[in-house]
Parts: sequence; structure tokens; C-alpha cells
Amino acid sequence: MILVGELSLWIALLMCAWSVTLSFAGGRLRREDLVASGERGLYAGAGFVALASVGLWTALLSSDFSLRYVASFTSANLPIVYKISAFWGGQAGSMLFWCLILALYAALATWVNRGKNRELMPWVTGTSALVLLFFVATTAISSNPFERLEWVPADGRGLNPQLQNPAMAIHPPMLYLGYVATAIPFAFAVGALVSRRLDAAWLGAVRRWALVSWVFLTVGIVLGMWWAYVELGWGGYWMWDPVENASLLPWLTGTAFLHSIMIQEKRGMLRKWNVVLVIGTFLLSILGTFITRSGVIQSVHSFAQSPVGAWFAWFLAGTLAASVWLVSIRLKDLEPKAELEAMISREAAFLYNNLVLVGIAFSVLWGTLFPILSEAVRGAKITVGESFFNSVNVPLGLLLLALTGIGPLIAWRRASFANVRRQFAAPAALGLIVGAVLFTLGVRQLSPLVAWTLCAFVAGTILQEFHKGVGARRRMYDEAAPVALARLVARNRRRYGGYIVHAGIVILFAAFAGMAFRAEHDVTLADGESFTTLDPYGRSWTFTNDGLSQYKVLNREVVAVSLRPEMEGRALPLLISEKRQHVDSRGNPTFQPSTEVGILYTARQDVYLVLAGVIGNRAEVRINFNPLVMWVWAGGLLMAVGGLIVMWPQSERRRQSGYAAELAPGVEVGAA
Amino acid sequence: MHPRNKFIIGGALVLGTAGFLMAGSIRDTGVYFLTPAELQAKVAADPTLRETGVKVGARVVAGSVVRDSGGRQVTFQMTDGTATYTVDYRGIIPDTFSDSVDVVVEGRLGADGTFRATTLLAKCASRYEAAPEGYKPGTREAYERAAAETPATPATDTPR
Repeated sequence: MILVGELSLWIALLMCAWSVTLSFAGGRLRREDLVASGERGLYAGAGFVALASVGLWTALLSSDFSLRYVASFTSANLPIVYKISAFWGGQAGSMLFWCLILALYAALATWVNRGKNRELMPWVTGTSALVLLFFVATTAISSNPFERLEWVPADGRGLNPQLQNPAMAIHPPMLYLGYVATAIPFAFAVGALVSRRLDAAWLGAVRRWALVSWVFLTVGIVLGMWWAYVELGWGGYWMWDPVENASLLPWLTGTAFLHSIMIQEKRGMLRKWNVVLVIGTFLLSILGTFITRSGVIQSVHSFAQSPVGAWFAWFLAGTLAASVWLVSIRLKDLEPKAELEAMISREAAFLYNNLVLVGIAFSVLWGTLFPILSEAVRGAKITVGESFFNSVNVPLGLLLLALTGIGPLIAWRRASFANVRRQFAAPAALGLIVGAVLFTLGVRQLSPLVAWTLCAFVAGTILQEFHKGVGARRRMYDEAAPVALARLVARNRRRYGGYIVHAGIVILFAAFAGMAFRAEHDVTLADGESFTTLDPYGRSWTFTNDGLSQYKVLNREVVAVSLRPEMEGRALPLLISEKRQHVDSRGNPTFQPSTEVGILYTARQDVYLVLAGVIGNRAEVRINFNPLVMWVWAGGLLMAVGGLIVMWPQSERRRQSGYAAELAPGVEVGAA
Repeated sequence: MHPRNKFIIGGALVLGTAGFLMAGSIRDTGVYFLTPAELQAKVAADPTLRETGVKVGARVVAGSVVRDSGGRQVTFQMTDGTATYTVDYRGIIPDTFSDSVDVVVEGRLGADGTFRATTLLAKCASRYEAAPEGYKPGTREAYERAAAETPATPATDTPR
């Protein structure tokens, strides 16, 4: 099976080359037979990539240590779930995983469009086969997971304990599913440009793919944050590390695209911009893969100085050059069909939304690449830290938050004063009241105060929309409120799913703002000693050291400290933090010691305990109060749910009946 | 005025402000990222660079790590093969820190030649493997060299 897998990889390479040639030739010569052959080549290529993946999984599950990859990332007694996830745990395997996802996506896109978009499809199939060809070639030639060792070691080296975490098993595939999905809209953009079918049809075909990518990236990023928070023990969930930034960049431009696409659908504007965003998002996900594998940028994650980096650099440069050329020869076909009519309009709000999202993406890219840029220009590597990203992105993020409230409610073309007053009076009042209450409660820091005020405003706009929609259905169909709510969402998935995503964003921003009030205490506590402090809400907490314990369990030696927390005299569950030293069967230490943090989750804040070390019977601990962290996960989950609602297929008939009950805020006063 | 021009002015204002903030924070918080050899050369050329915040990326010298029993202080030597500095770090020591790992330290080089670090980042092991120099795939030597850098484990950890 392993031999079959290795051979399959090489056969897949040939099939992709076949598909590229035949599809492009068929598209050029308008020969349906060649196009059909190209599509069959892609299906075959996808099948052989899948077969190669089965081969690698077989090797991993049967612990065939004659393969270097299997010996490097698993051991005989590794739990089976981590043997499966070791597929994407290392360089070579994760490259094959990229190929697998891309192959399945490309085959699916070709199959779904077998009776549609025929002018575009040869180029779409050819382009996705070309991208697949690149990835399969890189995997087979420069990073082959089927590479053999000269002899067979008795056991493999195992998996780093920090990666033995359920979140770590699913976080990378989620991100890959998101990254790779950007290739399909890119292929459609190329197809539309080449075949000059630049009407709205290609946009309809790519919108769902862009959403797939967006949902997976959202889930992947949030899972990564959660893993960092519970496993790395520094008390936060985001540190603007290059790897984190690499995943954020395509998310930002993808989000911009999902908004600007609406402007093109309704008004025929932003046609050049949309093509550029689709191409840019794909390039950024390739850049992200390049950053994480080439070792050009210093990061806490360790990266190989592997030859894969050079392959990616050439692919990136080639794709960029080809895209610029292709867009430039089609500029005439991309003239807008309408002009911006007024600054107080939905078009303008969406334009600013795009400007801000791309601005954030640019600043993140700039900060991430700054060491390379400064070295090239000034001959010295200069790095920027968290404060760089925060000082730029906090104001831009707040502007974006405000637009989240304004964009969906303001009228198309030109909003009248009456429209603005009707849509925004109540939410704005809510925002100001919340802001004033928080101010009197003692919130004096500018950014969190503004953030929470805006959060209340946006939440107000969303609630108002749901209230109006439910009210309209109740009047028209005489439905009970819960039924009306469910049908409202089910029949207008795109619109109300979007509001649910926005609600998730509001929760997320409110939670981010909470971190401005985090408090950190480094204390040393002997047995029975206690430490009293105030939390960010001004309540008194006492932590009493219940003692250190030392024991052996399974494959590790553990030193644990337990603290008994009391809040305003009320006893709360024990907080336990451990230092673990993994050992092998002879008791020799393996890997470095790892820390398990203790977290008391509450809606207001997490109390986060880290055991730093032990001197005699005294424990050195760090206690963090992290306000509102739970809401980061809640907001992320809500965003993913909203995204799924938007994505869910809806029959044409349903959609029609849904629109009947729709109170479109733009339409009712659009003419005013 | 044409609405499009109004938008362009507004957009320029937004981007201009963002650019201004970016430039300002690079000036205020950007720090040199150096290897020990570069640090040595820079300090020789410009002694005022001592007591200026810099970041240094280097490898921990095997056997040089002296941990304070508490776990909030450590001294070690870092090197890039050319220059070597003693580092004194106070703070929580990351789990991934140990002998022979690659670290990034941020801090100041004191007048006594000791680097006082305020942050210590250690690269986490075995994410994507580095190919060592002169590495020939598939040979026993290559595998064992890599194995020596990340010791083998019978990782039967229960899923957490």
C-alpha cells in the first residue's frame, strides 16, 4: 500500500500535467472533447492524490518506521488519534495534505459546474490543475513523505507533548481547508479574465467557495487562539506572531471580498477591485504557507530552512506576474457599470469597509515582513512588536466596528436624512447610554470605552433588524414569535446569517476590549500562605496555597500546586497548575518539561494560574485576571454558525417566498 | 464635489492616519534584530548601542543553562558560532526553553557584557523539521543526528 501510495503521487503528477495541457488547449481551440479529457485528467489526478494519502495513512497507522516521516513524528505507542493527525504534523505530510484538499476541492468545483459556466470551465479546471501540479511536484520532488530510511529504527521519535492536544489535531486541517479553498475563486477569476466572461456569473460561482474558505479560516484561527491560551501558558491568545498573521491575512482580504461582491451584484461597481481581491487572497494564502515553511521570518514556531521555500517563492512570483499581466490586458472589460452617487450611502459604507479591511491587512503584512524589508533597504533587520500592530489596528478595528453597524442598514445609492434617522436613532441612543453608564462606572480608558459604546450601537442595529423582521412576519402570517424568527432566518439566510456573523464580531470586539483591564500578579506562596488582591471589577480575591504535591502518573512526573480561591469570602473551585516532565519507560526525561495552566472560567473573567517554579515548599506562581476571555470563544463560534447559515444551500422557490416578507432597509427608502 | 472625489479624500485621510501611526510606532518600538556576531560588530562600531533595546536570535550553548530554583530566573550563554554572550533573564521561562534550542531574546547589553533579557522566546521543537547542514536524506547518520537534537519519547500521553 505504501509503494502504491508513492507511485500514485508520481502518477498524479502526470495526470495534472495532462489536465492542464488538455484543458487549456480545449479552452483555446473551443474543443469540447479536449476539455472533457482535461476534466477526466483532473478527476484521475485527484483520485491518485487520494490514493497516495491513503498510502501515507496506512504507513502511519501501521507504524512503518522504514519511512523517515513516520519515524520522525510518531512512535509505536502514540494514541491512534495522533497517529492520524501526524499526517499534517510535519512538513512533508502537510504538503501532501494540501495536495489532498486541493485535489478534492478542484474535482468538486469541476463536477458541480459540469453543466454550467461552460465558457469558463476549461480555464478553471486548467488553472486549478496547474496549482495542484505545482503542489504535487513540490511534494514529490522536494518534500516527499514516502522517503525511506536506510535501516528501520526500533521505534519512532514521537510527537511533541504540546502538540498532543485535541485542538492541535483539528486546528491545522481547519486552516488548510480555509487556505486551500482560496485557490478555487482564484481559478474562477483566471477563467473569467481569460474567457472575458466578466459578468456577474463567475461571482455567483465563487461566492460559496469564498464562504467555505472564510468559515474554515475563522474556525481555524479561533482554535489556534484557544490552543495558545490553554497550552502555551503566557496568559493571552494572540501575540501577532508571523504564523498567526499569516492566517489572518487571507481572512481579512476574504472578508473584504465577501462584502464588495455585494456591491458588484447589486450595482455593477468594484469590478476590478473584486478580481484583485480574489487574486490577492490566493496569493496571501500562498505567502502564508511560504512564511511558515521557508524560515525567512523569525517566529516562535520553528521552521525548516527547507528547499520547499524556494519552490514557493518562485510560484508566488510567477503567479503574481501572470495575474498582473492578465488583469492589465482585461482592464477595459472591467469598467464599472455605475458610479458612486453619494457619500451617505451603502456603497460608500462598503467601500470604507473594504478600505479598512485591506488597510489592516496591509499593516499586518508590513509589520510581518518589516524585518526583511528593513534588511533589504537599510541593511539591518528591524523587528516591530505587539505595540506596532495594536497602535495601528485598534483605531482601524474600531472604525470597522462602526461600519459593521452602519453598512447593512443605510440605503443604497443615496440615503436621506429620514432614512438615517429611522435606522440609527435607537441604536445610537443605546450606544451612548451604554457608553455613559460605563463612564460613570469608572471605565476611563479611551479604546475600551469607545469599543463598548460601538458594540452596543452595532448590537442595537442587529436587534432592531431582527425585531422588524419578526414583527413583519407576525403581522403578515400571524406566526408566533419563535416560529417567525426561525422562518425569518431560514428564508433569508444570506441576510440574517450575515447579521449573526456581525453579532459574533460584536461579541469578539467586546471581549478584546476587556483585555485592556487584565491584571497580572507574580507571587511566591509557602504552604498555607495566602495572597489577597482586587480583580478588575474591584472585588476582593484571596488565594490560599493548599500545598504542593508531587507524583508519577502514566508517562510523566508531575509537580502540582493547588490554590484555594475565595471571592468576597465565597469559596470557589480549586485552581491547579502542573509542571510535567515526560519520561520514557526507563524513567529518562523526554522533551522539555511542560506546564499545565489552571483556569477558572467565568462569564466575567478567567482566573488563570501558572506554576512558574518551586523553591522548597514555596510555589512561585503567576495569577492573571483575564476579563471576558470566554466571550472570545463564544463570538468565534457564533461567527462560524452565521457563516454556515449564509452558506447553506437554499432552493430558488424558497428564496422567492422569503423575499416577500423581507423588509429591505435599502429598498424602502432607496428612491428618496 | 463629485462623491467619488469625496470618497478618495476620506480614504486618503484614513490611510494617511494609518500610515502615520505605522511610521510612528516603527520609530518608537522598532528594534534591531541581530545575531551575536552582528551585535558584537555593532557595539564595537558604536558603543552607545549598549543599553539600547535589541533583539538577538541565537542558539543556547549546551550545558550553560543555570536555572534559579524558583523558575523565574535563568542565566545561559547564547552563540551563533562566532560571538557568545551571557544572558540573564528574569520572568517566566517558557516550556520550550532548554539546552541547544534556538531562542530570541529581547533586552539590553549591559556595560559588563552581560545581556539582560526582558523577554525570552524559545522555538517550539518538532513542528516542521529543520534539515541540518550537510544533511543527506535517508542516512542513518542524519536520522540519529536529528534524534539527538529532539530526544525520542514513548509519548503515550493521554489526550488532554
